[in-house]
Amino acid sequence: MTLWTTVLLASGLAFALKLLGYVVPHRVLDGPVVSRVAAMLPVALLSALVAVQTFTGSGGGLTLDARAAGVAVAVTALLLRAPFLVVVILAAATAATLRALGWG
Amino acid sequence: MPVQEPALGAQRRREVLRQCLSVGVASGAYAISFGALSVAAGLSLWQTIVLSALLFSGASQFGVVGIVAAGGSGAAAVATSTLLGLRNGLYGLQTSRLLGVSGLRRVAAAQLTIDESTAVGIAQPERAAQRLGFWGTGLAVFVLWNALTILGALVGNALGDPKMYGLDAAAPAAFCALLWPRLKSGDTRAVAAVSAVIALVVAPHSPAGIPVLVAALAAVVAGLLPSRRASAIDGPRRGKVKKMGVRTPTTPRTENPPDEGPPA
Repeated sequence: MTLWTTVLLASGLAFALKLLGYVVPHRVLDGPVVSRVAAMLPVALLSALVAVQTFTGSGGGLTLDARAAGVAVAVTALLLRAPFLVVVILAAATAATLRALGWG
Repeated sequence: MPVQEPALGAQRRREVLRQCLSVGVASGAYAISFGALSVAAGLSLWQTIVLSALLFSGASQFGVVGIVAAGGSGAAAVATSTLLGLRNGLYGLQTSRLLGVSGLRRVAAAQLTIDESTAVGIAQPERAAQRLGFWGTGLAVFVLWNALTILGALVGNALGDPKMYGLDAAAPAAFCALLWPRLKSGDTRAVAAVSAVIALVVAPHSPAGIPVLVAALAAVVAGLLPSRRASAIDGPRRGKVKKMGVRTPTTPRTENPPDEGPPA
């Protein structure tokens, strides 16, 4: 699959899914099970993404580097109710500083 | 369906628009790192622009770029992106009801159906504010997201290795910030913890993108299980939930009164 195929296929499917929510009759997918899955899916996906992007190297092996420190700082900032942008900038700054100092 | 809805007062209108704009700015900033990471992963400027304009769903876009960067297959990238996009379809089920759109407006609304627009829209108490919140946030995010994607892609190219600037820590930090407000109940914290562990266990033995797909099954399983413990979970034994939450449903059906926790 070429990069363009990947980009266009992913985009087309993303739109199809979005539109599906608008054209499916409500009673077909409406129910407590679907809404529970809908609530849990983003949680599971986001959490898995955080874990994978923080703790795995390029080959998929587990590593501990400057990213972990950055994310730890991000979590601390979130606990202190920092806004989104501050959280992201602090994480990047932490990782960048550690790398500049020769670690991670 | 009411034929006529009360219009929003100027005060409320400003309030909602302020929310729309601040969400737009916050997630737009995130597009800078997307643009930079995308070109660093080997996508061209145009491919990066097309992803933001057509795919237009942050997590899916980062999913595609992350898998391409890690050398994963196109199929894995598309599958991850699509699975991450499933929730937009489920959001659409809700937003279509409050928007009541058809024709071209329905197509536009569908494209703008993302975490942010849905969240701001359904958070409003009145119907008129729900619509304003959805459209205002959707459009603010769309415009800023696309503009700043281009900036990020151009600046990212000029700056070189994004690791030097800690951009590889910015993405998981952003996901963390998106995840944070969802961790209010014991159920969601349990799902988040289990999903992270599953992803890390699977990661060393599978191609990029697969760990996240496998971890997503935790959500489906959790969603399919009856939520009979929901009331007990928010009781005083909350601290136990992280460990117990996912295992408990496999135990036989017991009728624990809410004041009496399950045996440890």
